[in-house]
Amino acid sequence: MLSIKNIHANVEGKEILKGINLEIKAGEVHAIMGPNGSGKSTLASVLAGREQYEVTAGEVSFLDKNLLELSPEDRAREGLFLAFQYPVEIPGVSTTNFIKAAVNEKRKYHGLEPLDSVSFLKIMKEKMKLVEIDQSLLSRSINEGFSGGEKKRNEIFQMAMLEPKLAILDETDSGLDIDALRIVANGINKLHSPERAVLVITHYQRLLDYIQPDYVHVLYNGRIVKSGTKELALELEEKGYDFITEGVDLNA
Amino acid sequence: MIDLTYLNDRFEHLQQVSADDGIAGVRKNSFDSFSKTGLPTYRTEDWKYTSIGNLFDQSFEQAGHTVSLADLEALRMPGHHKANELVFVNGRFDAALSNFLSTDDELIVLSLKDAAKGEYKDLVARYLNKSSEYMKDGVHALNGAFIEEGVFVHIHKGKTPQHPLYIYHILDGRAHPVMAQPRGLIYIDKNSRLQLTETYVTLGVSDSFCNGVLEVVVDQNAYVEYYKIQNDASNASQVSTTHITQIGRSYVHTVTVTLNGGVVRNNMNLVLDADGNETHLYGLYLLKGKTHADNHTMIDNRQPNCFSNQLYKGIADDFSTAVFNGKIMVQPDAQKTNSFQSNKNILLSDNATINTKPQLEIFADDVKCSHGCTVGQLDEEALFYLRARGIPKEKAEVLLLQAYAADVLTHIKPMAIRAYVEKLIYEHLSIV
Amino acid sequence: MKENQDPLEQAVSNDYKYGFVTDIDTDTIAKGLNEDVIRLISHKKNEPEWMLEWRLKAYAYWLTMVEPEWANIKYPTIDYQDIIYYAAPKPKKQLNSLDEVDPELLSTFEKLGISLSEQKRLSGVAVDVVMDSVSIATSFKEQLAEIGVIFCSISEAIQLHPELVKKHLGSIVPMTDNYFAALNSAVFTDGSFCYIPKGVRCPMELSTYFRINTENAGQFERTLIVAEDESYVSYLEGCTAPMRDENQLHAAVVELIAMEKAEIKYSTVQNWYPGDKEGKGGIYNFVTKRGICKGDHSKISWTQVETGSAITWKYPSVILKGDYSIGEFYSVAFTNNHQQADTGTKMTHLGKNTRSRIVAKGISAGHSQNSYRGLVRASKQAINARNYSQCDSLLLGDKCGAHTFPYIEVKNKTAIVEHEATTSKIGEDQLFYCRQRGIDPEAAVALIVNGFAKEVMNQLPMEFAIEAQKLLTISMEGSVG
Repeated sequence: MLSIKNIHANVEGKEILKGINLEIKAGEVHAIMGPNGSGKSTLASVLAGREQYEVTAGEVSFLDKNLLELSPEDRAREGLFLAFQYPVEIPGVSTTNFIKAAVNEKRKYHGLEPLDSVSFLKIMKEKMKLVEIDQSLLSRSINEGFSGGEKKRNEIFQMAMLEPKLAILDETDSGLDIDALRIVANGINKLHSPERAVLVITHYQRLLDYIQPDYVHVLYNGRIVKSGTKELALELEEKGYDFITEGVDLNA
Repeated sequence: MIDLTYLNDRFEHLQQVSADDGIAGVRKNSFDSFSKTGLPTYRTEDWKYTSIGNLFDQSFEQAGHTVSLADLEALRMPGHHKANELVFVNGRFDAALSNFLSTDDELIVLSLKDAAKGEYKDLVARYLNKSSEYMKDGVHALNGAFIEEGVFVHIHKGKTPQHPLYIYHILDGRAHPVMAQPRGLIYIDKNSRLQLTETYVTLGVSDSFCNGVLEVVVDQNAYVEYYKIQNDASNASQVSTTHITQIGRSYVHTVTVTLNGGVVRNNMNLVLDADGNETHLYGLYLLKGKTHADNHTMIDNRQPNCFSNQLYKGIADDFSTAVFNGKIMVQPDAQKTNSFQSNKNILLSDNATINTKPQLEIFADDVKCSHGCTVGQLDEEALFYLRARGIPKEKAEVLLLQAYAADVLTHIKPMAIRAYVEKLIYEHLSIV
Repeated sequence: MKENQDPLEQAVSNDYKYGFVTDIDTDTIAKGLNEDVIRLISHKKNEPEWMLEWRLKAYAYWLTMVEPEWANIKYPTIDYQDIIYYAAPKPKKQLNSLDEVDPELLSTFEKLGISLSEQKRLSGVAVDVVMDSVSIATSFKEQLAEIGVIFCSISEAIQLHPELVKKHLGSIVPMTDNYFAALNSAVFTDGSFCYIPKGVRCPMELSTYFRINTENAGQFERTLIVAEDESYVSYLEGCTAPMRDENQLHAAVVELIAMEKAEIKYSTVQNWYPGDKEGKGGIYNFVTKRGICKGDHSKISWTQVETGSAITWKYPSVILKGDYSIGEFYSVAFTNNHQQADTGTKMTHLGKNTRSRIVAKGISAGHSQNSYRGLVRASKQAINARNYSQCDSLLLGDKCGAHTFPYIEVKNKTAIVEHEATTSKIGEDQLFYCRQRGIDPEAAVALIVNGFAKEVMNQLPMEFAIEAQKLLTISMEGSVG
């Protein structure tokens, strides 16, 4: 589904990603872990198409399309979803209207009629249960005055509504208390299916107590320096990142 | 009565006796401009809330003064024994009363005339009266038209003078009303620092009017702290213009404190003419009696990536009037400007007035600018709380006002000056 | 990655839809202004002598005045002798009912979305339509009359209710108020008159639709609304004009009077022709709008959505005279291309416990200049006066300007006045967030701009809110409700 080959990327002239390779197949859950500044969020931004990030080398294909040639909105319409680490506030734009716009834009792209209000509301009600989100939250302006947990739940709710092929969760666990973490993780698990893949980006292992990854990769200094299964995450938790990074030659 | 004929005669005389002093041209342009505009009226937008026309209704004498070292001794600010002291009497730089501790390799002080001819003549030519590009009114032009015994200070490249600079403006009103028009130009060269405090004192009981202009040029990587302390007699009026141009990436920090006075008009202009300038402006005015204080600030963002922050706070009691007018301009090239301004006022009397007018004029899109202003009262709850603990109302009010003032006072960095201002405030507020 | 056209440019580059001209016989007088022209206007309108005298007095005063220059707008000198001061579509015959209105006119207003024919009328909205200098038709007049509400053209009011007009006309905006108000007082040709008697809650929205049609004609309308004790009315006005290369002058005066416990809600969607992309043509819109909360507990609320006109000079104001009275001003001003807007409000607190609220949103695009100018004044007697003002500016592009000039004058120690203003552009982060959800950049800009203006849009009556939202960013295509 997603194939990343030797991606290099710069931010303001500084190379952050130094050759990433990653294959994700439908139905798989991958976790990318790594210390602060290793390039985790940069990878998420590059995949979503944020313009401040300049891709200097490498290829990414997504569902057999050249991802890097697509605009951010077309990537989204193709089924790539990014749950933001810091969801932005947009004053005056109600969450419901925003999601309705997003859902219908995607439908239009795939040649489908826009949803009418009734069917949209019906779907919304179903998905709301999934992430235990409150109606009142959805009538407020997007993310405005939301608590950290509400913002993250809202991201997962949007994911549920948009039914992406590939969901990238950028530090979705950061700043969550244990209840919110459970709700968010449940939401993700319920959406997980053989047709969909999930890429979890996280600093800590704790989200992986709730979401079982098939593969775990360690990102360090712009490269994936180690890949393994779930056990790798446990090992990281126990020993810290040093045990992996110590042996890595930074100049290689 | 000061009228155009009188001024014209004086101007002609001055131009004759000082024809070759290197600043006759500036005077000429200024006088022409004054003749054209005249004094501002309430119809002049920048003078909408402040009237100074009647200050010119009486005759001010231009005779000499009798200010002695003993007089100066009585009004010096704390820390003076470690400061360079620059003294103006009746608007004229007085070398005899002034005292410099710093050596010539740190800074140099010259009369404007000397500076206009010597080593610094290019700087004087370039920067003297640059402020007139922003100040189009007759009062400013009037100062320029009569530049006579002004002063030039140069802080040398890479130097941090051990001693701060104090500037005293003494107006000798012991024999007759006095008008003064001091003028100064300070150049702070690359990588240097300056701490500067300016204050005003009228001797005697006659009316005084001080129309002063200080221009400051701040070069690359320089750091400037500027404090203006105004606590003169109730019949002492002034228009005080401080025009600071940041020509290199630099840091400027100013605090203006206005307590007692007649009509006090301050123009604090900051021209941010280099990428990445940082500027902080603070002001505090605590007005009683019939004092009228008008603080005009202007920040002209001309280059990208500049940051400025302004906080002006004040109270108006009795029959006083407080005016704040803060203008922020962002020119088309000044992308990524961050400029913030806040003006807070407390009105303590129904015979007092507060007029505030913040202004944003923005011609660049990638900016973050905001201003806010409030007019309100002392916190009734807090007042009651203090009184419930047995503190009498008047004292409780002074306490709360001191707390209110503290937000600004903490930005006076030299402890000696801060303690001095705190003492002045305490005395000022305690006199009923 | 492929480069799109700048989404901001796309979002703001929509064409003016109301620029057509109606081809109809018009009764126009020669260009120019003098006493005879004023007599002619008065004569054509069959006015009583007192009205003519009033006009002539205003004209004499206007001659002594100079055009104001303090606003942040630039325009070539207006030649007041080069304007037609009276132009009226020629009626074919005396009208017995609305359905007898010239079909050409009916279809003009159909095109503008204003239906006058009986069967297609918007229920719940009574409309007075004014084309150039005269009122063409007023709907629901009889139904309103049954409950004592007078809703007619001002010309008709001068004929039928002279005592009311005489009492109130010029009482809030005196003829000497300002240059454009004096001009209007001398030459006004039509406008609306509303009178809501004591205790009546007007059951429908009253609305006037203004249309300039004739070339070189100025439009000078005059609106007067009187709400007696404990009454309520919601009034809406809309306006459009054909696209023409020369500038046309519009100088209106609106006066509102709210007596004890009365409430007037006045909404405007201003969409005069703004001129073309190079700044050629467009309406010069110099308007004086002022209301007085005369009685205790009265309320006046102004809401405006200003998208049109080459120049807008307009400060709907409230004099808060009655104790406990409330004044509100909600404004969205959108300027594009070479438009210039200098608009805001004046809240004058005189009575005790008066409150005012100002929410002004300015959006600048293209080469436009957009200024907020406001005055909040708490007089010495205004015990416990409260004001809160919020002025936000949004910049779309780097060639436009946004300016804020609030004046605050407080003379009462119990007054509390708060003003906040911000200026910023649409955040890159906001745009990217929308795009990551599949919303194209143009729609994202529209979404964000409408969100920015929402607090004001929410104040508009339903019938206008939708039109206004479409106006603001036409390109949203209903994807967002």
